[in-house]
Amino acid sequence: MESSTAAPAARQTAPAPVLEAHELRKRYGAREALAGVSLAAARGERVAVIGPNGAGKTTLLSILAGIQLPDSGHVSRVPREVGWVPQQAALYGKLTVAENLRLFARLERCAHVERAVERMLAQTGLKGRAGDQAATLSGGNRQRLNVAIGLLADPPVLLLDEPSAALDPRQRDRLWEFVLAAGEAGTTVLYSTHNVAEAERYAHQVVVLADGERLFAGSPRELEDVVDASDQDFEAAFVSFLRQRGH
Amino acid sequence: MRWLLLKDLRILRRSPLLLALLILYPIVVAVLIGFALSRGPDKPEVAFLNQVPESANVISLGEEEVDASRYADTLFEAVDPVRVSSREEAIEKVRDGDVLGALIIPPDITQKLEQGLEPATLEVFYNAEDPAKQAFVESTIESQVADANAALTERLSEVAVEYIDLLVKGGELPFLGQTLDVLGLERSERILSRARSDLPAGSPARGDLEEVIDFSRLARENLDLSDEVLGSVGRPIQVDATVVEGGTTPLSTFAVAIAVSVSLMFVTLLLAAGMLALEREENVFRRLVRGLVSRTGLLVEKAGLAAACAFVLAMVMLAGLALFVDLDWGRFPLWAAGVAAGAAAFGAMGVAIGALAREVRAASLLAFMLSLPMAFLALVPSGAVSSALFEVIRVVSALFPFKPTLEAMDAALNDAGGIAVPLLHLAALALAFGALGRLGLRRFA
Repeated sequence: MESSTAAPAARQTAPAPVLEAHELRKRYGAREALAGVSLAAARGERVAVIGPNGAGKTTLLSILAGIQLPDSGHVSRVPREVGWVPQQAALYGKLTVAENLRLFARLERCAHVERAVERMLAQTGLKGRAGDQAATLSGGNRQRLNVAIGLLADPPVLLLDEPSAALDPRQRDRLWEFVLAAGEAGTTVLYSTHNVAEAERYAHQVVVLADGERLFAGSPRELEDVVDASDQDFEAAFVSFLRQRGH
Repeated sequence: MRWLLLKDLRILRRSPLLLALLILYPIVVAVLIGFALSRGPDKPEVAFLNQVPESANVISLGEEEVDASRYADTLFEAVDPVRVSSREEAIEKVRDGDVLGALIIPPDITQKLEQGLEPATLEVFYNAEDPAKQAFVESTIESQVADANAALTERLSEVAVEYIDLLVKGGELPFLGQTLDVLGLERSERILSRARSDLPAGSPARGDLEEVIDFSRLARENLDLSDEVLGSVGRPIQVDATVVEGGTTPLSTFAVAIAVSVSLMFVTLLLAAGMLALEREENVFRRLVRGLVSRTGLLVEKAGLAAACAFVLAMVMLAGLALFVDLDWGRFPLWAAGVAAGAAAFGAMGVAIGALAREVRAASLLAFMLSLPMAFLALVPSGAVSSALFEVIRVVSALFPFKPTLEAMDAALNDAGGIAVPLLHLAALALAFGALGRLGLRRFA
């Protein structure tokens, strides 16, 4: 049973989606990781994919990023049009911050490599650490650099796989400051998270997955309305929702 | 791919331990092998006691005198003598480990040699605490005693031949300050023949003389042959060696081929496997193959980088070894071809290992575990094991690049057969391992 009537606040005017996934299916042996999942996201929209462990969140993001191919279904964007930020920082510890950015800008074939590097150094607030090797950065700084690499080519869509996992609250705030700034510049941000509060706080749209099935897509407020939990916080409403759906 | 290559070189430059290893490795190996090949083995220290008084060093054979002490020097060509003054001191030094063995020449040795009634005997003592050292000293002394025996026997035979010659042909023999005229069998035969012709035809003495003349001829003819018999007693067995299979590679240049092949193997395998596995350990692999770099391109870049580094290293090593060993610089293009083909095959095998192991430490361990037996098997000579087992070893060795690399380097350095077949073999292995690496990347992320 799925509530698909939700209309996220950012999509009041129903702009054309910049990312669409249609009926994605993926099976690992006998286990169905994704069972016909569809979603759509508009320009500048922030979409949180939430769900219990093994729900299919990472599989969904991997397929959207082009790392895995679905058994069936399709995605509207090719991988090069999508920025992807893996959960664990994917960068070279022996290279400096600037060298990491420069290398990936070249591999992404950015038209103006140095300009892209300068822009990312400014946005991440890592200009002062540009010459430091990435291995010497704190977890938070590494993760911001990780996100910056995903944004180098200025993609219309940015996918983040559990971006704030293993960060302390202060580092998490700084990371989201950076991600929100990217969203405000028009980038569509789709992220998976275990932190339900992050979904409520930053997402225009939440997509709830469980056992590979999409159970809900709509705004956080709409999810609370579905379970009729006016006296509950969002996390409690999410748990009630899963329970109602038998998970 | 160019940017990835530059990135890897920068990472290598920032890994001082690895860089130092890459630079020092060829230098150290080249110098060690060079010294080992150019200096030869050290002589083992052996306590030496000569109990023969100086006056008894000479063996008298009629008027000929043979100085036996000259032949004792042969013993010192392969051992470093530590002279001692008594038998007890010699044994004590062996027991204490000061020397590896003791060699004692008893006082009656020349007397026994002169009389020829019983063999002259040397006394040898070993310290058997280390069986390898004992075997080394034992074989060294035995081989030197055999050489001294042979030289002495040859000299004694020469003296005997001279006497037989005198007996057959006649001549002058100095004896006790006087010169004796020895008639000899040839002249005796001639005199007897003349005497027989002077006798009357019916004389009964003619028959007796006839018999003596026949004996004299028979003795002369047979004693003439004894020159050759005694010559062969001096050296009863001689060796006439002919190579029927393989080249005529000197041991020193074959050792160079082994050293270069081993260095190529370790450096290329470890670098290629490690650099590929590092992409996964840094979590960058999935980011790269999302359209930034193709999987095949990534493999080629890693194998190429490792092969290029190992190529430079091997050429530096060869240049270093050329200071110690006589290498033909005119064959430089063949050296380069052999090293390049070997490096390419090892590079491809390295990325296959990296793709299958997926972690730097596991990849390094797997590279070592595969390369050591691979090199060992390739060096097993035919005849050392049963023919069936050797066939198995030959097939297994052919599946890895070490054996063809060694063959290519041997051909390049020593003109030991054609280089084309090992080069083609290496090219085929490079393709096969490249394909295996590409398959391994399917489950790499």
